[in-house]
Amino acid sequence: MSVRELSSADLVERAIDGDRRAIGRTLTLVERGGEIADQITELTHPAAKGSHVVGITGAPGAGKSTLTGQLIRHLPTLGLRPAVLAVDPSSPLTGGAILGDRVRMDDVAGDGGFIRSVATRGHAGGLALSVPGSVRAFDACGFDPVLIETVGVGQVEVDVAGAADTTVVVVNPGWGDAVQANKAGLLEVADVFVINKADRDGANDTRRDLELMLDLSHVSGHEDETGYRPPIIMTTATAGDGVQALWDAVTAHRTHLEATGQLEHRRAARFRYEVRSRLGTRFEASIIAATADLEPDGRSPAAVAVELAGHLLA
Amino acid sequence: MSAEPVIRIVLAKLGLDGHDRGIKVVARILRDAGMEVIYLGLRQTTASIIAAAEEEDADAIGLSMHNAGHLALAPAMLAALDEADLDIPLIIGGIVPDQDVPILEAAGVAAILGPGAPAEEVVAAVRNAVSA
Repeated sequence: MSVRELSSADLVERAIDGDRRAIGRTLTLVERGGEIADQITELTHPAAKGSHVVGITGAPGAGKSTLTGQLIRHLPTLGLRPAVLAVDPSSPLTGGAILGDRVRMDDVAGDGGFIRSVATRGHAGGLALSVPGSVRAFDACGFDPVLIETVGVGQVEVDVAGAADTTVVVVNPGWGDAVQANKAGLLEVADVFVINKADRDGANDTRRDLELMLDLSHVSGHEDETGYRPPIIMTTATAGDGVQALWDAVTAHRTHLEATGQLEHRRAARFRYEVRSRLGTRFEASIIAATADLEPDGRSPAAVAVELAGHLLA
Repeated sequence: MSAEPVIRIVLAKLGLDGHDRGIKVVARILRDAGMEVIYLGLRQTTASIIAAAEEEDADAIGLSMHNAGHLALAPAMLAALDEADLDIPLIIGGIVPDQDVPILEAAGVAAILGPGAPAEEVVAAVRNAVSA
């Protein structure tokens, strides 16, 4: 019997037993959202054991996919069973997407790890709305760690920090100077920095700029209250250089989170974040419905919004 | 949420065939038709394609062939799908001489798209194969 014909409960049971096709199908239903996705969440929630969730983010072309591919190749040799959610953007015009991250991970499919390509389906921020649900499904199916590779992001799209325990930010030599490093956004959410393509000119300059930025966090009193300072790892992902060092830094961060009680805090924040996001989805539909036939009537948009808010919350 | 589930298709080059211009055009056509294209790229094996199709829960597999290997490669892919008991339509694009088309169709290839196939034909072939 095809996994497509199973009930949600039977499907999730088979997925938890390790049936790859059932896992693939479960993820599809999570991605589609709606009632069935909620059912899957109910079914996978009790089985989730708290896998280490690692976000990998950075600008387009920084080497996120190649680095993630190296990790998923390497981690099974350490006795781990990793899964990857590789997120790429959907076209805002047609809703379609080209999900190309597997090109750089191709020789690892089926070797113990599990790779799933995900389209953002209209969600901004570098992730898809379904990501927390997919992470939970992987967790329930015994994958640990779960790696989330975001779309290529710029300076503000940092959703991944709300979805992960450990956020890895990948930059390259020549990506910008110390001023870029001190702008708000991406760099603030890093738990581990990677300078990928470290065999290129300027890697040490980039390292110095990042170190200086971290020094300034201390000067302005914004350093981590537990004394954690994000390490900077040099990698050349195409050659596999630095991959073990990166993983050591990621596990050290996890140990730090556990030792300081921050893991619990982060996961509570993640829980709130997901509930908030789900509420947002639900209310968004009501907002769209309430405004679908709206015509200008001489009143200001502010006045109309206040009136509609009264109806929506009533 | 949306009424129609999004079609997810795996596109790949099977074996040693470096001509990937056509498949990139097809990927773009399908993307612009609202599908999610999981692009595997060059030098794939039947095993890597099946693993990807399982993990991605693909609705169809599209292979591009420009090295005259279609009479060996397409049946090999069909046999591998059969052996894996994976019931997903296989679509072949690329250079397939007219006299080979019925052979591939009889073998179980869902659709064969030649060079210059218009975008609508490509999209329709995938939609038909998926809904068949």
